[in-house]
Amino acid sequence: MVLDGLRSRWWRTRQLGTDADHATFRTLHTASLASPALRRGLTAETADRALRHLRGLLGTAAVALADTDTLLGYDGLSTHHTAQARALAARAVAASATVVAGRAELACDTEGCLVGHAIATPLVIDDRVAGALVALAGAPSASLLRATEEVASWVSGQLELAELDEQRHRLARAEVRALRAQISPHFIYNSLGAIASFVRTDPDRARELLLEFADFTRYSFRQHGEFTTLTEELRSVERYLLLEQARFGERLRVVLQVAPEVLGVTIPFLCLQPLVENAVQHGLEREGGGVITIVARDADRECLISIEDDGAGQDPERIRAVLAGEAAGDSVGLANVDERLRTTFGDDYGLVVETAPGAGTRVLVRVPKFAPGLTP
Amino acid sequence: MLDDTGTVLGLLSVLLVSVATLAIGSWGLRLSRTTSDFFVASRSVRPRLNGFAISGEYLSGASFLGIAGLVLSNGAEMLWYPVGWTAGYLVLLCLVAAPLRRSGAYTLPDFAEARLHSRGVRRASALLVVVIGFLYLMPQFQGAGVALETTTGLPPWAGGLAVAVVVLLNVLAGGMRSVTFVQAFQYWLKLTALLLPLVFLVLVWLGDGGRSPADPGLVSAGVDGLAWADPIDFAGDHPLYSTYSLMVATFLGVMGLPHVVVRYYTNPDGRAARQTTLAVLALLGAFYVLPPVYGALGRLYAPGLAASGSDSVVLALPGVMVGGLGGDLLTALLTAGAFAAFLATSSGLTVAVAGVLTQDVTSRRLEGVTGFRVSAVVAVVVPYLLSLVTREVGVATVVGLAFAMAAATFCPLLLLGIWWRGLTARGAVAGLVAGGLLTGAAVVDNLVVDRTGGWIASLVGQPAAWAVPLAFLTMVVVSRLTRSQVPAHTSRFLVRLHTPETVRVDQG
Repeated sequence: MVLDGLRSRWWRTRQLGTDADHATFRTLHTASLASPALRRGLTAETADRALRHLRGLLGTAAVALADTDTLLGYDGLSTHHTAQARALAARAVAASATVVAGRAELACDTEGCLVGHAIATPLVIDDRVAGALVALAGAPSASLLRATEEVASWVSGQLELAELDEQRHRLARAEVRALRAQISPHFIYNSLGAIASFVRTDPDRARELLLEFADFTRYSFRQHGEFTTLTEELRSVERYLLLEQARFGERLRVVLQVAPEVLGVTIPFLCLQPLVENAVQHGLEREGGGVITIVARDADRECLISIEDDGAGQDPERIRAVLAGEAAGDSVGLANVDERLRTTFGDDYGLVVETAPGAGTRVLVRVPKFAPGLTP
Repeated sequence: MLDDTGTVLGLLSVLLVSVATLAIGSWGLRLSRTTSDFFVASRSVRPRLNGFAISGEYLSGASFLGIAGLVLSNGAEMLWYPVGWTAGYLVLLCLVAAPLRRSGAYTLPDFAEARLHSRGVRRASALLVVVIGFLYLMPQFQGAGVALETTTGLPPWAGGLAVAVVVLLNVLAGGMRSVTFVQAFQYWLKLTALLLPLVFLVLVWLGDGGRSPADPGLVSAGVDGLAWADPIDFAGDHPLYSTYSLMVATFLGVMGLPHVVVRYYTNPDGRAARQTTLAVLALLGAFYVLPPVYGALGRLYAPGLAASGSDSVVLALPGVMVGGLGGDLLTALLTAGAFAAFLATSSGLTVAVAGVLTQDVTSRRLEGVTGFRVSAVVAVVVPYLLSLVTREVGVATVVGLAFAMAAATFCPLLLLGIWWRGLTARGAVAGLVAGGLLTGAAVVDNLVVDRTGGWIASLVGQPAAWAVPLAFLTMVVVSRLTRSQVPAHTSRFLVRLHTPETVRVDQG
């Protein structure tokens, strides 16, 4: 296989294209090397990784990257020009335009110094100057000016993409926050009401419930982390059901079957809670109450979780609309969980809802035991 | 030795074990899950139970039948096999167990991907899991053939086929694999099946005067007692080398066995992973006392087996020493235990191999369940066919080679991945390829060519002592050469691996 790769590379270089084509391929390849670092935003670390390749692109003696405050990195010869590069970058940022410096401004005593000319071009993200790219070369040339501006605009594009990624993550975090806020009001009110009813008749139980309530809120309002373990989430679900049982008594029955092998699975924070809440809501619509069944099964590489109620059931079309984001209503949690499962594990791992009027509802969650980069 | 009652009882016990396994595979899941008690935390798998489960799955036919045969025909130096198979867990305990659990990986390819962020390393690891799985499954089928031949007189290929079919049905029906209780029960079944007959056999031996099998004056199958009891008297011209090489292979190979690693996921945290390993050490230590005693008794009572078919000594002894219906019953119990051993290990390995095949090969072409079924068939059929076409090598020898390959590939990946910041994806791939090719060549040579004497025979027969250091060296040197490609998240990842869960640090 390795041999194969070598041969095909050799084949390509011999057979494909003219010298000009090769120069293009080389340039594109160098750019592709620099892009992963830049896609993670503009920091000293990413600048350090990207600069080598940017210098290769421009072919100058040295290049530097700066943000709006300071010089993030300098790569190349004549490092004694670092301070001047910083000053030049600051001027470019302040002017929001390309700035050129000649030998007079780059004075130095070093013999045989290769730097006699510098170009600083601002990096613009969404009409906002985020930093500057500085190219230091021996002599001025129009083509270098053009090349520097082109590279700077390419870098700006990569940084814009990085910003986009960051925005997507911020959105996901905001959704979790929204969910936390969503749980609270009527559940808190009802739980406290139910607990109050026990204070005189059964003070011990009231105390226990109050402690459960405290633990439940501490988990639901916790500030750190987008992910949790199945154990933690189920523990919170149990507390929730205990509090709901205090309120509804015999009308709410719960069956919980959990395979101990899957307790360590990492899942998005609060991804079962809304589903259980829905199940309780629908399960109790019928006269005489209902049964909520929560099952977590081990399926080798995956964990299968199902949350079922024997309530009135719903119109499948409506659920489809909710999941597609076309309809709102009382199942906002459903769409939110579906969205977060998909962004975390991929589109294969969306929610599956089985329901029909009069037949109850079953929601299936599938979670892989391992997904790269997830930590509870 | 073979009479009608014995054959019927033998077949009956095999049938019973097969039916029980299949029944547990399809219904056991429901039976063990009908409780609906609250409080999940109290239901997490305790380290000791998990230790039983790991031991139950780990103790294969090679342990149940192979060791006794080796001790009978070769002598005390063969005790290094069980010693190594147990001591491997000590290395696992000290260097790997807790960090591996904290990495969140379910399989070895998962760990490779999480640590190095590289699809290439993932693919190389997946391929090795499949190869090691095949290599480990092959002797299981071969050994099952031996077991059935001894007790029922069926041809050897039939026993292997029976195990292959039952394993396949079991895996396709849903598999008992991940049900911890069932696997823990397997340990007790194997221990009882071996211990109970042994009590009777030892009583008979004491009744006969209790002569030591290592008595210098005792010459059995042309070997006197002193030579038999020599612990470094390996076959071949370089016994000391062979002994050390076997130790390297088994000590370092355990951590690379695909069906062992996945069970660690069941532990709630790194601490529990360590406690589980400690339990496994004790349980394996207790179990491995038994098979060598069969081998030693075989030297006294069935010396004829030393030359031909020593793998069957465990099953043959009750017939020779006790005889009659009692002997037949004990043989039936041993057959059941041996068959259970083959089924448990084979099922675990088949699921592990099929899982990797599904995820990294068939999932691109076939949908969900179909992909897994096709993979399971491949994972069973290929090693079964291999067991038919290769020359007859002892069960334990082939298992030893599987350990050598695991030691030369996954051991460097795990140890360097967990304890060295400098590892790069290219270094890892180079090391895996080097270790895999070197040990792979030795395996092929072993299975095809029959060598005797000389350095070549020793080096190829026990490849670990040179292949493992070379794999380590390749991984380190290539990683140093590509040091600019150390993954950016390395430090964060290592902090996560080595920080106890109770310490509150940012473990992202």
